[in-house]
Amino acid sequence: MSSTETIQELTRKGYQAGFVTQVEADTLPPGLDEDVIRVLSAKKNEPAFMLEWRLKAYRHWLTLKEPTWQAVKYHPIDYQAIRYYSAPKQKPKKDSLSEVDPEILRTYEKLGIPLEEQKRLQNVAVDAVFDSVSVATTFREKLYKAGVIFCSFSEAVREHPELVERYLGTVVPFSDNFFAALNSAVFSDGSFCYVPKGVKCPMELSTYFRINAADTGQFERTLLVADEGASVSYLEGCTAPMRDTNQLHAAVVELVALDGASIKYSTVQNWYPGDAEGRGGIYNFVTKRGIAHQRAKISWTQVETGSAITWKYPSVILKGDDSVGEFYSVALTNHRQQADTGTKMIHIGKNTRSTIVSKGISAGRGQNTYRGQVKMLKSAANARNYTQCDSLLLGDECGAHTLPYIEVKNATAQVEHEASTSKIGEDQLFYCRQRGISQEDAVSMIVNGFCRQVFKELPMEFAVEAQKLLGVSLEGSVG
Amino acid sequence: MASLLSIQDLHARVGGKDILKGINLEVGAGEVHAIMGPNGSGKSTLAGVLAGRETYEVTKGSVLFDGKDLLGTPPEERAKAGVFLGFQYPVEIPGVGNLHFLRTALNAQRRAKGEEELDAMDFLALAKEKAKLVQLDAAFMNRSVNEGFSGGEKKRNEIFQMAVLQPRLGLLDETDSGLDIDALRIVAGGVNALRSKDRALVVITHYQRLLDYIVPDHVHVMAAGRIVRSGGRELALELEEKGYGWIGAEGAAAGKAKEARP
Repeated sequence: MSSTETIQELTRKGYQAGFVTQVEADTLPPGLDEDVIRVLSAKKNEPAFMLEWRLKAYRHWLTLKEPTWQAVKYHPIDYQAIRYYSAPKQKPKKDSLSEVDPEILRTYEKLGIPLEEQKRLQNVAVDAVFDSVSVATTFREKLYKAGVIFCSFSEAVREHPELVERYLGTVVPFSDNFFAALNSAVFSDGSFCYVPKGVKCPMELSTYFRINAADTGQFERTLLVADEGASVSYLEGCTAPMRDTNQLHAAVVELVALDGASIKYSTVQNWYPGDAEGRGGIYNFVTKRGIAHQRAKISWTQVETGSAITWKYPSVILKGDDSVGEFYSVALTNHRQQADTGTKMIHIGKNTRSTIVSKGISAGRGQNTYRGQVKMLKSAANARNYTQCDSLLLGDECGAHTLPYIEVKNATAQVEHEASTSKIGEDQLFYCRQRGISQEDAVSMIVNGFCRQVFKELPMEFAVEAQKLLGVSLEGSVG
Repeated sequence: MASLLSIQDLHARVGGKDILKGINLEVGAGEVHAIMGPNGSGKSTLAGVLAGRETYEVTKGSVLFDGKDLLGTPPEERAKAGVFLGFQYPVEIPGVGNLHFLRTALNAQRRAKGEEELDAMDFLALAKEKAKLVQLDAAFMNRSVNEGFSGGEKKRNEIFQMAVLQPRLGLLDETDSGLDIDALRIVAGGVNALRSKDRALVVITHYQRLLDYIVPDHVHVMAAGRIVRSGGRELALELEEKGYGWIGAEGAAAGKAKEARP
């Protein structure tokens, strides 16, 4: 078999999280207007400030146009055909896992995310979001003792409204962009985390997002606040059933790292990518941003293998002096997947430092664009950025594009940019095979080697998972 | 006794150009054969064809390895059967650890033989022992495969891999090229340590110099895609003295004679 055929074979292997769970759901009819938002807010027993904020966001959204600058192509989205709320029917509050629908628990088990206490991943607290609502959060007691609040966003709105009101929209205002405005109006749930002053969160936090219902959009909202000197490591994972139609996922993530705090945010995104011909799949239009105050550090690590279209730029506003921002990314596009992803590093404070390492892998007819902005404001004396963008092409029908935007307004700031594009070599494959390694294993070994710089940034438990995922996602199409 | 490697009338082309034009060669277990010849005579192509490089198209002839057809099997199957190619230009694989790579290879070969895989600890012990053969230190083994290695380090790494994989047939393609005399001695020492009655070695080289250190049982001279002379060690010395000029003439003559046959 030629190497091309093997790569094709590799990339053909199916999506393994594509099943549908049968649960009774409480779903709103498709469509969006102020009444839908009122109903949604009422269903969640939200305080008045929350409804007000949603309505303001909605009214602003009406004035916005969908962005068209990104290098992705898709049919226009009919926002009135989307259901803005779907929740599995169950008691609204889960005092223990025994109250969660066993079908849903089984779903997570099938996905390899056991929620039952005794089977949990060691030292990882999990919040599971099924369609629009959080269905279970584990390990809360242990976290509570440490003073860490980790719960669903809805609970946070009800139980810690002062924290939510104080920080919500401070990093990504509802007016930020079209999808952020939509999310602000209709977000249904997500995760909330607050780590108090000086506390090092005693375990990894993790949220697992699952879209199950058809024709729903998932609009989750995550807010993480690390108070002065606190630190936390957070991981999110995502999957969805296989469907012929596209589903919209427009999330917003806001990170606040106060003085001396540190937030590590890792994403393993495996939303359904659509089939080999590009039918179905998730539109992953996400706004993620963090603000780093003095000496604070925010580190984004993402492994993006799923979604028909990925549009996201996890960014850091380096506001405080001596703050640090990092972005480590692996984005894989196979078949007809499209990714336009990268980061923004906005240097405001003195001596701020940022590092960007982006690894794009294109296979099949996948299109992969790195779009990154490094901005050094006038105040950013002695700021430094290092950017490295590497692209790996598997086959000759795919594409890789690198679009760096660099803006420097302070002469003492330094910006470095390195970029490379390479093709997986026949020579490398032959070398591996000559030693007895199968072509399939050789491709995955070479690709994993290419991504190693990023994988080593992932929490240990998830690095292995990410490697496997990459193997599965590659199974398929390179011509 | 049947040969370990038996090549009959092998023809091969690359990109539409005929390179091998009728190779016949028998190599028995325990033997060391040297293949010499000027640049472009087809030495490396022969090694590549035997290892299964896809860019080479075999147009005629047969190759038996241990009595079984070799040409119809993919490279990894040949490797598992015990064919090892020491590359002239070892390939760099960024981000893949040298030892991880080699353990994956060894365990793939062990699985194929129905043997148990070696765990990381046992493998490390084995690797450390074999690394001594070519004087590689531990730091070197943990770097990415061949990445940033000097020419000499790459070649030592090839022999180190051969020592770990213990093939039945080692094809060493210009292992001496680009080596200074010290590195040459180290590499040759490693190769000599791997000589055994069960293993055959085919050493491809442009220069007789290597053969001062790896003393062959048989020497073959290739020219224009054929083996034009075979003999003992003295043939290499003769080449050293006379150069390849006379071979060229003889090879061309042999080719003409063959074409002239009815």
